[in-house]
Parts: sequence; structure tokens; C-alpha cells
Amino acid sequence: MKEKMIMLGNEAIARGAYEAGVVVSSAYPGTPSTEISEILCKYNEVYTEWAPNEKVAVEVAFGASVAGVRSLACMKHVGLNVASDPLYTFSYTGVNGGSVIVVADDPGLASSQNEQDTRMIARSAHIPVLEPSNSQEAKDFTVLAFELSEKYDTPVILRTTTKLAHSQSTVEISDRIEKQAVPYERNMRKYVMMPASAIGRHVYVEERENRLAIDAETLSVNKVEKGSSEIGFITSGIAYEYVKEVCPDASVLKLGLVNPLPKKLIEEFCSQVKEVYVFEELEPVIEEQIRSWGIKVKGKECFTKQGEYSANLLKKVLYGKTDEVYEKQVVPNRPPILCPGCPHRSVFSVLNKLKIHAAGDIGCYTLGAVAPLNVIDTTLCMGASISTLHGMEKACGKEFIKNWVAVIGDSTFLHTGVNSLINMVYNKGTGTVIILDNRTTGMTGHQEHSATGKTLKGEETYAIDLATLCKSVGVPNVIEIDAFDVDGLTKVIKESVLGDVLTVIIAKAPCALLKGQKFPNKCEINQDACKKCKMCLKIGCPAISMRDGVVSIDETMCNGCGLCKNYCKFGAIEVVAR
Amino acid sequence: MIKNVMIVGVGGQGTLLTSRIIGKSALTLGYDVKISEVHGMAQRGGSVVTFVRYGEKVFEPVVEEGQADVIIAFERLEALRYAHFLKKDGVIVVNDCRIDPMTVVTGAMEYPSDIIENLKKTYTVYSIDGQKIAKELGNSKVLNSVVLGYATKYLGIDKETVLKTVETTVPPKTVELNVKAFIKGYEN
Repeated sequence: MKEKMIMLGNEAIARGAYEAGVVVSSAYPGTPSTEISEILCKYNEVYTEWAPNEKVAVEVAFGASVAGVRSLACMKHVGLNVASDPLYTFSYTGVNGGSVIVVADDPGLASSQNEQDTRMIARSAHIPVLEPSNSQEAKDFTVLAFELSEKYDTPVILRTTTKLAHSQSTVEISDRIEKQAVPYERNMRKYVMMPASAIGRHVYVEERENRLAIDAETLSVNKVEKGSSEIGFITSGIAYEYVKEVCPDASVLKLGLVNPLPKKLIEEFCSQVKEVYVFEELEPVIEEQIRSWGIKVKGKECFTKQGEYSANLLKKVLYGKTDEVYEKQVVPNRPPILCPGCPHRSVFSVLNKLKIHAAGDIGCYTLGAVAPLNVIDTTLCMGASISTLHGMEKACGKEFIKNWVAVIGDSTFLHTGVNSLINMVYNKGTGTVIILDNRTTGMTGHQEHSATGKTLKGEETYAIDLATLCKSVGVPNVIEIDAFDVDGLTKVIKESVLGDVLTVIIAKAPCALLKGQKFPNKCEINQDACKKCKMCLKIGCPAISMRDGVVSIDETMCNGCGLCKNYCKFGAIEVVAR
Repeated sequence: MIKNVMIVGVGGQGTLLTSRIIGKSALTLGYDVKISEVHGMAQRGGSVVTFVRYGEKVFEPVVEEGQADVIIAFERLEALRYAHFLKKDGVIVVNDCRIDPMTVVTGAMEYPSDIIENLKKTYTVYSIDGQKIAKELGNSKVLNSVVLGYATKYLGIDKETVLKTVETTVPPKTVELNVKAFIKGYEN
């Protein structure tokens, strides 16, 4: 008997890639896809890396594929936007060794800036998409994705969603298949995408998709589960599990391959069932194609395009109600917050005090937008803070941005922020950019990046020096400062926003959650000196609270960073040894 | 029969590890198991909820409103927030602790008073002061083993199975302390 384990969806994908004999994997961290690389890197047979962004990751996977081995690139849905450029043309070149791109969508926005649907991009790039429903399928479909990639000479997208990526279910594991590398042969018509070759490859792409659509009719992962002839569902991914939960007796057409669709199989299914619902999270991708064939189905008029689905959502639509439940209580919200001892809080406390607005970016520090810090005014996508600030200056002049800065994390800066900085230098921007350098990719759970000096596998490597990088692209004023130096920060920020030259302030202090961090101190309030002015509460530290008129600091939560001490006018806060 | 368990708390309290230990224990007994976790932004001090479902065959990985057999709450306000997920005959196990959310710290809202007493009017509630026990054992980080030990009585999984999973799941250096904490919680 094969070994049965309980695995996270992402862990199962990593296991599937390992078993499929993948040789090269490149990725940029992004919830909910990050754990795939973190688990895959533990297999010594596989080369795994963190790339600075998803575009680079897909290009690395392309290169490895052309060289003849199986390759993998992993990212979250918005990462695919960054990787779209290589993706669309990778579809044209096809593969030599099989290549799979894992893209994790985030319906419900557990940790994202939008709810886009990867299947839309895959359709326009004419790339096949497999969508598993549980961890076992996540592993099996990953192996199948490599097989399809080689059989049809195409990169294949494995699409997951948050609930699949971050839920655990049982998986039977197998051994790794060691594949011989496919010999490389120069083939300009296939791998050099200039017009003369690309014209021919576009013809191939269409022919390939038609061929796969025919084969999809009998593909094992597209299957009919015969049940009631009154009600049926066409579904895929995690949505399938909700259908089985609510309607165990319904007929179900479960699509494992969601692009291209098996037209005949769908037509036949719809002809045998009286009422067919298409149950798919996010966009009506399957539904609209079926409707375009003149088949009547129910879909988005019943089910929302927003958020995650659930069994209760399906119950409500089918039966008009859910099971009887207790009344929901109205309670204070508990939104996520910056951790105690977070260096970002220090920078934001200064910006808040100086009444400076910030063009923000993607990372933990996006939380600087909310009360009580209220600093960040815009967040768009990775790297956008710097270009946003530049656009504002070009629109309204230096006067407009004299109380503005851009804030961006170290990993995000290296992802795509550096391009924006080059643009600012080249086009004579004069704004202030603060790089919140906490020595890690924080939000996604502490991944290394090209300035930390460690690889994904934990090996020592060259570390990019951010100050040198900024100077080398021509930033005239680069200042490095301890992120907890409140007086120093106040001075340099004041000077630079009013100054006439482009300034990069690198505010340095490691993330409080980084491994190996030691907290020898804690903060205490001298109750005799405390005047209850609540100034310390304005920095938004979760360790500080006021109950029954007494301000106190929770010693188990406090990391002793001492930031609060800077804001007490009465000297009532002391930093003491634990 | 499917057993539906919810673990709720504040990001950083160790709810994820607790759900994994329960899930692994159920797997040992031969059940089909699904666990749903929360990663990313919500983990940063936010309200965190994980689900464990086990039985003969489990489809949906989450527990929905009105379906939980057991809610294990690591914090009072979180117990109140998710209480309506409970089945009519379900039980809530509450760790008697208060962590103020930022909405309370900033004065925008008030932390509700007498949560446990009020919950008891509608639900079957068992409460434990996990911090006190953890502190007595000399390490506040074993709080989740204390709470898990206390809650194990209601999981339909025997004590020995859960304890064995604790031993094989927690970091090797902390096994002894976690086992002690689990037993203290169970006996409470």
C-alpha cells in the first residue's frame, strides 16, 4: 500500500512536481502560492530559486524547458500579470522539456489587491488549464500537467485557489520519475519569435488547442458522475466539493481541464439533465462558452462573481435558505495589524506626526493605511509606489508632493520598484522614496530575496546592497538610517520632502518576526507618571491598551522596541531588561 | 457522521498548529480529514479561523454557520464572533483571555463585557485560564497545548491519540513541556 499523508494543497503540488521529475523551479513568493517553493526546495534533486519577480521566473522556466528538462514556475494571480509578457509568447514557442506554471487565484481576497481570474488570461494566451479540487488531485494534476505539456508542446497552467492551496487533505504519494533530458536542437522557427517564425507558430497554437479540445472529450480528469436527471452541475476546482456537500444525488460533470472545454461531453451532459447549473468561482468562463454554443444553463444570474463560494451559498440559491443558525453577534472588528516591534510602525509614526501622505505598495506595510497610522493614500500593485509619486509630481509639480513620499519594502523594490526609480532619475523627479528595508519578504512569511545574502535553499550568496544600487542608477541623495531612530528619521524626511533632489531613504531594521531575532527588553509604564494622554495609543501597537482608565503594556506581546517611549511627553514609559 | 471543529483566535496564538494536531490525530484513526488554514495578511494580529472536519468522507474543507460541533476559541471576543457557527448541541471551549483589537485600542469600539457569562445563556460553554496554567509551567508558548488538552474531551478522539500527535508534531526540544501542558489542560 502506498503511504497516505495529510498535505496542504501547495505541499501536494510540490510533491507532484517532485514525482514528475521536475529539475528546475523558479518563483516569486505570493499568497496563496508561496509554500510550493518552500516545500519543493527541500528535495535535493530539484533546483529551486526565488526570482526577483514572476516575469523572471517564467523566463527561467522557459530556458530550462528549451534546454530539455521539466521546469516549474509558481506565482499568485497578480504575479501572472507581471509574467504575461513571456507567457503569451511561451505559448507560441511551446516546450522542449515539459513546463508547468502554477497560478494561485485568491477569490475572497484573503491576501490580495484584486480578484482576477487566471482562466481569462489563459484563454487569451491559448494555454491549457488544469484545476484540481483537493490535495490528491493537486498532486496528480501536477504530474498530468507535465505530461500534457510534452504531448501537446505547450506550457500548461495549473490553477489553484486559496481554499485549495491552504487546505489539507489526504494524499497517497509515489516515487519520483527520473526523466532523461530531451536533447537540445537549434530550432529558429520554434524558439526565435520574430515575425516570420511567430506567424507559423500562431497557426500551430490554434491547431494545438483544437486538437486538445477533441482529446479533452475523453481525458480522464473530465468526468461525469451520473445522478439525478432533474438537476446537474458543471463545476471544477474547490467548487466541486461544495456541490458534493450539498447535492450528493445530483448529476455532476466535473471538469479537471478547464481550458479548452470538451464541447461534446458538455452538450451530451446538458441534454440528459433537465436543469444544469454552472458552478464556478469568479468569472463566468465556462458558462459563457457553453451559452455561446446555444445551450441553456444557469450560472451567474444565481451565483456571484465575488468572493469565495461555499456550501451554504449553494444551499441558499437552491432551497432559498440554509439550516437554522444562532443569531450572529455584532462585535468589534479585528483587522490585521502591524506586529509589536515592527519597524514599519516607526516610520509610519513619523510620517503621521509630520502629516505626510504616502504612495504605498504591496506588503505588510500596506497596513499603514488604516487607523491610527492613516499614512498610506494609494496602493495599486507591486512597485507602483515610486511611479505613482512621480506621476503626481509631473501632474501638479513639486509643490504638490512636498508633503508626500513613496514607501516600498525591500523585496517589492527589487521586484519591480527599481524600474520606477530609474524612471524617476531619468525624468528628473525630485520626490522622496522610503525603502522599508526589513531584510525579508515579510507578508508572505519571510522568504529570502536578492538583498538578504541567502538563497531559497538557505545557501550563502551575493547580497545586493540597496544603497549602492540606488546610487548606481543615479539617485543623487541616498540616506541609510535605523528605522527606529525617530529623531533622525524626522529630520531627514522633513529635509528631503522640502528639498529639490530625488532622495531615497533606506530605513533599516529587521522584521520583528524574523528567525533569530532576540528581544532582551520590554517596555513598562510608570503609572505614577502616566497622564493618560493616549499619545502612545496613537502608534497603533497591539501590545498597548487602555482598560478602565489605565494604560498598560502587555509584556508577553511587547518586543521592547521602545518606539512608544519616543511619543510619551511625560517620560512615563521605560525600556527595561526582561 | 462528520465531526466539525473550528479553532478561532488572534493571529500569532498558535491556532494553526492546534488544527494540524487535531487533523493528524483524526487521520491516525483512519478518518478522511480536511483542514482549512489561513495564511498571509490575516495572520498579522487579525481574527484567524481554521477548520478541521473528519469522518468517513469529507468534501467541503470549511465549517459553515450552524454546523460546528466544537469551537475552540483562544480568546473571548473571538468566541463571541464565531459562536453562531455552532450547531444546536455543539460546545464552545474558551480560553479566558482578552486581546484588544485595534478598533478597541483606538476607542472606536468597546470590548464587550461578561462575554463568557453571556455565551453561557445560549450555548454550552467550557472555559479555562490557559495563560495561568502555561505560566505556571514556565512558558507562555505552550498555551495551545493546554487549550488543546482541555478541548480534547469534546473531539471524539481519544486522549492517547492526540497526545501522541502532540509528541510527534511540536519541536523536539519542547516535547516534554508540551506533553505536560496537554495533560494539565486535559485534567482541568
